[in-house]
Amino acid sequence: MADRNLSELGETLLARLDPDISEFRVVGHELTIDVRRGAIERVLTFLRDDGGAAFEQLIDITAVDHPEREERFDVVYHLLSLKQNHRIRVKLTTDEEAPVPSVAAIYPTATWFERETWDMYGVFFADNPDLRRILTDYGFEGHPLRKDFPLTGYVEVRYDEDQKRVVYEPVKLNQDFRTFDFLSPWEGMTRPPLPGDEKAEGQTSEDR
Amino acid sequence: MAETKIKPYTMNFGPQHPAAHGVLRLVLELDGEVVERADPHIGLLHRGTEKLIEYKTYLQAVPYFDRLDYVSPMCQEHAYALAVERLLGLEVPERGQYIRVLFSEITRILNHILNLTTYALDVGAITPSLWGFEERELLMEFYERVSGARLHAAYFRPGGVHQDMPAGLAEDIWEHTESFHKFVDDIEGLLTENRIFKQRTVDIGIVSAEEAMAWGFTGPMLRASNVAWDLRKAQPYDVYHRMDFDVPVGLTGDCYARYLLRVEEMRQSNRIIRQCLEQMPKDGPIKVNDRKIAPPPRGEMKQSMEALIHHFKLYTEGYHVPEGETYAAVEAPKGEFGVYLVADGTNRPYRCRIRAPGFAHLQGLDFMSRGHMLADAVAIIGSMDIVFGEIDR
Repeated sequence: MADRNLSELGETLLARLDPDISEFRVVGHELTIDVRRGAIERVLTFLRDDGGAAFEQLIDITAVDHPEREERFDVVYHLLSLKQNHRIRVKLTTDEEAPVPSVAAIYPTATWFERETWDMYGVFFADNPDLRRILTDYGFEGHPLRKDFPLTGYVEVRYDEDQKRVVYEPVKLNQDFRTFDFLSPWEGMTRPPLPGDEKAEGQTSEDR
Repeated sequence: MAETKIKPYTMNFGPQHPAAHGVLRLVLELDGEVVERADPHIGLLHRGTEKLIEYKTYLQAVPYFDRLDYVSPMCQEHAYALAVERLLGLEVPERGQYIRVLFSEITRILNHILNLTTYALDVGAITPSLWGFEERELLMEFYERVSGARLHAAYFRPGGVHQDMPAGLAEDIWEHTESFHKFVDDIEGLLTENRIFKQRTVDIGIVSAEEAMAWGFTGPMLRASNVAWDLRKAQPYDVYHRMDFDVPVGLTGDCYARYLLRVEEMRQSNRIIRQCLEQMPKDGPIKVNDRKIAPPPRGEMKQSMEALIHHFKLYTEGYHVPEGETYAAVEAPKGEFGVYLVADGTNRPYRCRIRAPGFAHLQGLDFMSRGHMLADAVAIIGSMDIVFGEIDR
């Protein structure tokens, strides 16, 4: 799919769905549009039914966590058109509270993908017909893919011989959690410097 | 005779059931023996792969992909390698691309043999699995010779493949392809016109083309419903655009069509393997010649301090990937396997989303099994090609 055609598609969508789409960009042969949260149903219905877009398939729904932002979650939809042979990425932002309208009525496959996003990030989808947890344990607390959720989790399970059942206990690590700081300066690797390379620039004469 | 009223009841299928293809807990609501609702409870094999990858360097993330769908490991490494290469802007040398396509197709055959034979086992035929596993072992030997491992290869790396093929391997694969059709004929002889097999699969779990699209089905599940869509043709990656092969489609969308489709895909994969071996440059680089991405050869490290430093830095710090996001998808044996990678410019992925085809397929079990008998639910699960490593992640 040529970049020019994707840009044209982006322009068309921007014109047709004006207040709902704030921006589009084509980076590395991939088209991304930013959508207002409340308008996701309208945008996806249009993308599915419009002949030039014709995105018959919803491939994936997921989220990305940016805890430093006010609306910390990006919810990311990937759509695929078999007829036009192109893809699009639709993004919107939300926080822990604000519900995102479910698109399960437009693409039935969204039900499980939204369940997973709810499970992993705690993004609430309004009107999802079946918004239970999906991958984590029954009675699990927390949303593990959030950046502030520790890699080791909070509880561990073992079979208790006396009680004859599986018990939950706080995590005990026999070995400390290892976090090596590998972000050391590697000079001559890239210009401009990458995150982590500030250490090289910040060196004073005393350090050397 | 007085009419007896049958009370609907709920049944637990799994999590430990040989026909569940892994740890699937299926809550079935039955009216007599007829399925009224199927509610798959998944996640019993959830290992938090996506979270773990956020704490690993780009290279350390590769082996996790083998452990997703553990019967088609290299295809998944392929998707990840393509995603990282796209962000880094790398072009893999030609021989490396051919080796990757070659082994992707060997992987497809491995996957389909496992699926077809265990599927036959689910509906009552034992012999195909006995014959098929012997054949799988031959192919896994090629895996072992090229990567050192029968299953968890970690062979496709961002920038190419880890090592060149050892001497003699190409000839042995060629020899294998010449007799492979005989094996497919044997399996077909056991199943294709088998009366019991057809009774169990024909007209079971029919999926229309519209349903397959709406439920996000990809790969053989979509093609069996008469949608000619294959990413290897539509959005070719590596050297697939030079390969001459057919995309089979099923006309009926039932379990039998999915069986026939996978058999034909094995034959087509064999064709692609032969073309790869014919067209592949006889020698040349198999990974990018960039010491900041790909490690130097062992021999050079014995002589060159520079090479030693690069090796050390690559295996501790790893390489930095410039900020950006990308979605790379491959036609894995089960369907569209995609990796959505968000990089923040450091040596670790900020987010690595894994889109597994089986996840969408299993969701369709509810509508596919509704109104069928309990035993048909087993046939439907078998025809979906379910592996829990990728569904639970």
